[in-house]
Amino acid sequence: MGLLQPGQLGRGRAVGLPRFNKPARLPVPLFHARVLVSLRASVLDPAGEATRAAAERLGVEGIRRLRIGKAIEVELEATDRAEAEAKLGLLSDRLLANPVIEDWKLVIGDTSTGGLG
Amino acid sequence: MTVGIVVFPGSNCDRDVHWALEGCLGIASRYLWHEQRDLDGVEAVVLPGGFSYGDYLRCGAIARFAPLLEEVRRFAEAGGPVLGICNGFQVLTEMGLLPGALTRNRDLHFLCQSTELSINPGACHWLRDYALGERIQLPIAHGEGRYQLDAEQLDRLEQQGQIVLRYTSNPNGSVGDVAGLTNRAGNVLGLMPHPERACDQSLGGIDGQRLLKAILR
Repeated sequence: MGLLQPGQLGRGRAVGLPRFNKPARLPVPLFHARVLVSLRASVLDPAGEATRAAAERLGVEGIRRLRIGKAIEVELEATDRAEAEAKLGLLSDRLLANPVIEDWKLVIGDTSTGGLG
Repeated sequence: MTVGIVVFPGSNCDRDVHWALEGCLGIASRYLWHEQRDLDGVEAVVLPGGFSYGDYLRCGAIARFAPLLEEVRRFAEAGGPVLGICNGFQVLTEMGLLPGALTRNRDLHFLCQSTELSINPGACHWLRDYALGERIQLPIAHGEGRYQLDAEQLDRLEQQGQIVLRYTSNPNGSVGDVAGLTNRAGNVLGLMPHPERACDQSLGGIDGQRLLKAILR
């Protein structure tokens, strides 16, 4: 995301942009999450098919299905797990995945305490 | 009459559109930087082709959040003419102004060729100077132009007359041979082919001229 600058995407619309002038505040739990985005089963995945063909040429036999998706790793501050899930749900539905062609799945790991702002 | 051409980092057909409008058709145009927050009084908006934000995440996914596009949405919803070409079509679907999504071409190739299209102009503002069933030639240049929508919704679009452009020989695997779509009001058109590259006879054809000239009406 090196090309993106603060303000370029509209205030508060995109997660992951650096924040400036962040006031000092109390520690907030930090959630480590992974959003798995996959093409819906009904959507053709020509890149997956090409990769499957290459796997056969590599000599790996028996692959019945190979579909390519994305894994997006997110570290997120939230007061509790429910808030983290709500934020990540909005992020996944509206930005990381396109529900017309993709499904997404959320994996939230352990929390740790974020540092002082 | 002035046409606004939206410029994102990574747009690369903005100048083609500018040339086609001013050089070939004598229609005034103005570039609109994506960070602007107003449309500067333009009377039509073109979202040009290219690779906005490097096609990061998905084609058009990040461009959709550009400040200017909130204004484009308001303009479109108020009935203003909006044309999305190639990457611009991808942006319009990501914005939800047009249904469906554009995905990787069936055969993975980036396709750069002339295609024949069949036109069903319906209520589309941009296609009013074309006849029902007319066939035209426009170039395509895309790697992710395979239109995707479920069968039920595709039927609905068909019944509502929104599928205005179809490939006669489907190059990319689009469902329903869809090459271009309009919204229900007919003021927004998104298409993968490039009408701006078919406005000068020296480039092989002028079938795109009437589409861009619709801006004047």
